[in-house]
Amino acid sequence: MAWFENIVPSRIKTERRSRSVPEGLWIKCTACDAPLYRAELERNLHVCPKCGHHMRIGARERLQRFLDPDTGTEIGAGIRPEDPLRFRDSKRYKDRLSAAQKNTGEQDALVVLAGALEGMPIVSCAFEFQFLGGSMGSVVGERFRRAVDHAIRERCPLVCFSASGGARMQEALFSLLQMAKTSAALADLAAEGLPFISVLTDPTTGGVSASLAMLGDLNVAEPRALIGFAGPRVIQQTVRETLPEGFQRSEFLLDHGVIDLIIDRRQMRERLAQTLRMLMGRPSTVAYPMPPSDANAG
Amino acid sequence: MGINFLDFEQPIAELEAKIEELRHVTSSGGVDVDLQEEIGRLQAKSDRLTRSIFGKLSPWQITQLARHPQRPYTLDHLSRAFTEFEELHGDRMFADDRALVGGLARLGGRPVVVVGHQKGRDTKERVRRNYGMPKPEGYRKALRLMRLAERFGLPLITFIDTPGAYPGLESEERGQSEAIARNLFVMARLRVPIVSAVIGEGGSGGALAIGVCDRLLMLQYSTYSVISPEGCASILWKSADKKEAAAEAMGLTADRLQRLGLIDELILEPLGGAHRDVDTTSAALGAALERHVAALAAKPIDQLLAERQQRIAGFGAYTEVAG
Repeated sequence: MAWFENIVPSRIKTERRSRSVPEGLWIKCTACDAPLYRAELERNLHVCPKCGHHMRIGARERLQRFLDPDTGTEIGAGIRPEDPLRFRDSKRYKDRLSAAQKNTGEQDALVVLAGALEGMPIVSCAFEFQFLGGSMGSVVGERFRRAVDHAIRERCPLVCFSASGGARMQEALFSLLQMAKTSAALADLAAEGLPFISVLTDPTTGGVSASLAMLGDLNVAEPRALIGFAGPRVIQQTVRETLPEGFQRSEFLLDHGVIDLIIDRRQMRERLAQTLRMLMGRPSTVAYPMPPSDANAG
Repeated sequence: MGINFLDFEQPIAELEAKIEELRHVTSSGGVDVDLQEEIGRLQAKSDRLTRSIFGKLSPWQITQLARHPQRPYTLDHLSRAFTEFEELHGDRMFADDRALVGGLARLGGRPVVVVGHQKGRDTKERVRRNYGMPKPEGYRKALRLMRLAERFGLPLITFIDTPGAYPGLESEERGQSEAIARNLFVMARLRVPIVSAVIGEGGSGGALAIGVCDRLLMLQYSTYSVISPEGCASILWKSADKKEAAAEAMGLTADRLQRLGLIDELILEPLGGAHRDVDTTSAALGAALERHVAALAAKPIDQLLAERQQRIAGFGAYTEVAG
C-alpha cells in the first residue's frame, strides 16, 4: 500500500494516525450513542457535547491542549524500550512493541512535556493508553523520573494524567520495580516542597494506580473514570457477588474519600492553574468581586 | 511431621513411603540388620533422586515450592532466627489485618522492627490470615510500624510472602492503591536501614508494598514478579493453563533474578526445600539478615539514603538514543 500512501494528501495521513478517535467524519458517543460531528468533538476535548461523557484522548493531544499553545518541550524522548527477558507469549514482546510504536507514533506509553500553564512553568506528562494499554515498564519509569528531576531543577510543579492498565507484564519484575521508582521520585519532589497533581483518567488501575497516580498532593479524577487497584473482573471472581452500580468509578472514589475532587476535562486547565497558583504562592488572576457601593451606604 | 510431596516429587514420595514401611517393621519386630542396611540403601537412593530432581526444577515447579503448604512462614522464621518478639497489632484507624504481622524483635541482640506477610497453616488459620493477602489496613499497619522504626532508629526487616494484595470490594473502598503507594513513597526515604527477604511468594504490588529496601534477599525456592503465572497466562495467553509457560517467560525465580542483577543475595535452602528442614533454613536466613543489617547500620544515615535513592532510580532496562 506504500504507493497509495504516497499519493494521499498529508492531512489525511495524519488523521489516519490519530488513534484516539475512530476514522470518519461522524462518530457515535460511546455512552449515549448520539452521532457526533468529529471536528466538534475534538474541539470539545473529546467530551460528548450531548451527555458529557469523557472519551479517551491521546497523550500528546492531551498535553498539547492542556499546556499553553506552543510551549511544550519533550523530555526523555530518546529513552527507548528494551526486552530484558526476551519475553514471548503468543507474540514476541519485541513485535508487540514495534506494532504499538507503529500504531501510536510513540516510542512508549508515557509522554513528558515541559511547558507553561497560564504562563506558569510546569512539567506535565500523560500516559498513552493505546500503547500496550498504557502499561508501565522501564521507559515509563525513567521518563517519569526525569519529569520529576526537571521539575525540581526548574522549581516548578508536576501534573500527570494517568490512563493505564498497570505494570507491563512483559518486563516482569523490572516493571514492578517502576512502582518503587516513580514513588521514590515523588518523595523527592515532595521533599523539595513542590506540588504534584495526579489526574486519574479512564482507566487507571493496577500498578500505576498503586504508585504514582495515588500520590498526588491533590488526586483529581475526570468524571466516571474507572479507577482501582484490582480490575472489576478479578474482584468479581474473588467475591462472587455482583458489584454495586458505579463501583470503582470516580464518584465512588470521591464518596470513599480516596480522591480530592472531580474536574470536567473542559475546565481542567483553568482549575488546575488556579489551584497551582495557590499551592505555589502566586498571585491570583481572578478579579475579586467588589461589594456593590450601595451595600455600604446606610 | 509427614512431608506433603508435590506432583513432581512423586518418585521421591514412593521411596520415602517404602523407607517408612521398613522402619515400621524394624521398630515392631526387633532389630534386623539386613533391614537396616536396606533402609540405608533406600535413603541414599532417595537423596540421590531428590538431588537430581531438585537440580533441574522448572520455574513452575519452583512456584509450587514457594507455595508449599508446609513452607516456613514469617512467624516460623521469627520464632527461630530472632530472640524476643513482641507482636504489635492494628493500623490505629480501622482494624488489625492478620495477613500481615509485625512488631519489635531482636536479631543477634540488636533490636529491630519486623513486618511480614503471614499465611495460615490449616484451613481455619488460612481464612483468618486471608491466605496472606492484606487489605489496606494491613499495609497501613506496616506503615505505622515503619514510622515506629524510624522514630527509634531501629533497622527494618521485611518478609515477603503473599499471592498479592486482597482484590475485594472493601479493599477498593478503603483505598488499596493509596495504601500500597504510600508505603512505597515512605520507604524510599525512611531514615533507617531496610532489608527485605522474599521467603515464599513475592506477588505483585502487594509484595512490593513492604519491599522497598537497601538489600533484597531471596530464599532459593521463592518467586518474585509483577503478577502470578496464572494471572499472566490468562491475560497474555488467554488461558490460565499456560501458567508453566508464563512462569518460564517471567523469570520469577531467585536464580534468574540474581543473574538479572535484581537481588543482592540468594540464600540456599536445604535439599528438598525449606520445609524439609525449617531450622536450618531459618538459621541461614537469620545469619544473612544479621550480616546485612550490621553492614547497613554502620553507614551514616545520609549516605545510606543517598545509596538507596540511587539504587531505586537505577531500576529498569532501557536504551537511550540522542534526541
